[in-house]
Amino acid sequence: MSENQENREPIIICDEVHKWYGNFHALRGVSMEVRKGEVIVIFGPSGSGKSTFIRTLNRLEEHQRGRIVVDGIELSHDIRNIEAIRSEVGMVFQQFNLFPHLTVAQNIMLAPLWVRKWRKDKAEQIVVQLLERVGIPEQAHKYPGQLSGGQQQRVAIARALAMQPKIMLFDEPTSALDPEMIKEVLDVMVGLAKSGMTMLVVTHEMGFARAVADRMFFFDQGQIVESGTPEEIFKSPKEDRTKLFLSQILSH
Amino acid sequence: MNRSATAPANNVLPPPIERYTLLGWIYKNLFNTWYNALLTFLTVGIIYAIGKPAITWAIEQARWEVILVNIRLLMVGQYPIEQVWRIWLCLHLLAAVGGLSWGVWIRGYRIWGLLFLISTLGLAFLPSMSASASRGQLIALDIVALAGFGLGRLGGKRLQRTVINLWILYFPLVILIVRGLNSPEGAVPVVPSNLWGGLLLTFLLTVVGILFSFPLGILLALGRRSPLPIVRWVSIAYIELIRGVPLVTILFMAQVMLPLFLPAGMSIDRVLRAMVGIVLFTAAYQAENIRGGLQAIPYGQYEAAHALGLSGVQSTMFIILPQALRNVIPVLVGQFIALYKDTSLVAIVGLLDLLGIAKSIVSQPQFIGLQREAYLFVTAIYWLFSYFMAYLSQRLEVALGVGER
Ligand SMILES: Nc1ncnc2c1ncn2[C@@H]1O[C@H](COP(=O)(O)OP(=O)(O)OP(=O)(O)O)[C@@H](O)[C@H]1O
Ligand SMILES: [Mg+2]
Repeated sequence: MSENQENREPIIICDEVHKWYGNFHALRGVSMEVRKGEVIVIFGPSGSGKSTFIRTLNRLEEHQRGRIVVDGIELSHDIRNIEAIRSEVGMVFQQFNLFPHLTVAQNIMLAPLWVRKWRKDKAEQIVVQLLERVGIPEQAHKYPGQLSGGQQQRVAIARALAMQPKIMLFDEPTSALDPEMIKEVLDVMVGLAKSGMTMLVVTHEMGFARAVADRMFFFDQGQIVESGTPEEIFKSPKEDRTKLFLSQILSH
Repeated sequence: MNRSATAPANNVLPPPIERYTLLGWIYKNLFNTWYNALLTFLTVGIIYAIGKPAITWAIEQARWEVILVNIRLLMVGQYPIEQVWRIWLCLHLLAAVGGLSWGVWIRGYRIWGLLFLISTLGLAFLPSMSASASRGQLIALDIVALAGFGLGRLGGKRLQRTVINLWILYFPLVILIVRGLNSPEGAVPVVPSNLWGGLLLTFLLTVVGILFSFPLGILLALGRRSPLPIVRWVSIAYIELIRGVPLVTILFMAQVMLPLFLPAGMSIDRVLRAMVGIVLFTAAYQAENIRGGLQAIPYGQYEAAHALGLSGVQSTMFIILPQALRNVIPVLVGQFIALYKDTSLVAIVGLLDLLGIAKSIVSQPQFIGLQREAYLFVTAIYWLFSYFMAYLSQRLEVALGVGER
């Protein structure tokens, strides 16, 4: 699929993005273009700015210099722009962040009902469809606390998908999971990738990257050190830092 | 993964049930070791030593007539006798809505309903009641409550929204009925608030206090965490100012200061002034309690709400506040119980609430020396409703699954 992606228009444009936490320069000129339907894997050592970067894309973090355009809208201080972008960009967190006082179905329906202003029956339909899709159709009326970690993360994916987003962001979605649950979440993500969703995934699951990533970006110290197809990254990484990091995470 | 949860497996066993006989329970919990047995004997002995004189006094010596003679004063103060039916009406409405709620929501716990029925019937058939209209009213109360309960049971979940609306309607309606309408010939003429007294006044102060201080407290708590500096400063100043002053002072201030804030010619009565004082006071404390709940919400909840595109108001209403309030139910209710008991301070500004009436009764010559009876009765009433509120708060926590999800 990568041939005809070349001429598709970009859905995310980042141009020389900088971000500081106080005096700490966390993002140091990150530029990236993502086209519709692309699956991007971002990896790199702890503290390299991966989370910070993908969180600037839906303005959970504010960038201070550079330009970010998502789906044709430039991220600025205009709160209505931000809310518009957030409803087009789904996000899945490492710690799931489900709403514990709401049932699974209510977690999924909340945003469609109040942001999209859907009718209740339409929202309920989508709950059934989505839970089917993430493989837990029978859990709709449980509370998040009654589910396993893998199930919770799949609900979180369903919750983000319920807004029918154009882009999905994943920040280490499997890092908080026990090994036997990682696969069930990755399976859902692979399915999503194959359905043509535009995805940016921060992860160290190299099997996932190999299977579905179109391009990979290696972050270090707030910069993109190297990027390329999985083929290029795994077979012939150019930078020493990339080689070293890959050898560390692939050794176990 | 979740197959085990759905497909029935044939080696799935129910958990073992522990059963005791009464004697078995007593042995296991009270006499299982020699020191526990000793402790049990000692405790029972102390309770007996203290309890026996009190009970003998209450049964043999106490002159409870003082309560019976003055029961109307204690309940409604100087409220005109020919208008007391309005108070009964409020009680019947309460019994109806209460019965409905019980039927709709509460499974089990019939013992409490039974206790209510038995105690009201017991009251109705006290010998001293024979001449009064109260007997009929009390019996009617039971019938209304039972009818409400039956209806609630039949209606079940479908009635939930209606019942909530009825509760919302109930309290303004009560104020209206108690106060009356301004037209002089109407069926419900105005009863000026200086005639309200006794338990009626205590309840009205409490209910108005709770209903208004709660939303005000929420606003102040949110205000104190607001990113807008002006809102934050005003909230902090208000909360810290009020918390630094005793309630009594605020009640005095409300009496003398409130008129200054009103347009000339407009006056508000003493009861309303006391209500305002109580509301302003309690709101500051509730704001801090609620802020405690807000602080316990993990930042990830805000992020998840924002990432879904919910607006600030929506995330507060649907995500943050419900969790924050649920976490602090015990302190919130504790504060309301404190409010209920603190209404007794209005006696200082000349209002005759339950305690004030009791005090004025025992200072009359014919009831001299009967303080014990009067104050014991008042104590029992305060305790009864405080305990009821605490009980409701526990039920609420169970219903909302606090600590489980
Ligand atoms: N809110 C914050 N305030 C101050 N510094 C922060 C904040 N968030 C992140 N940082 C710093 O910014 C740097 C980048 O953090 P970030 O979370 O983006 O790293 P990461 O690549 O996602 O790392 P990890 O793999 O551990 O999640 C880190 O050095 C971190 O300490
Ligand atoms: Mg991170």
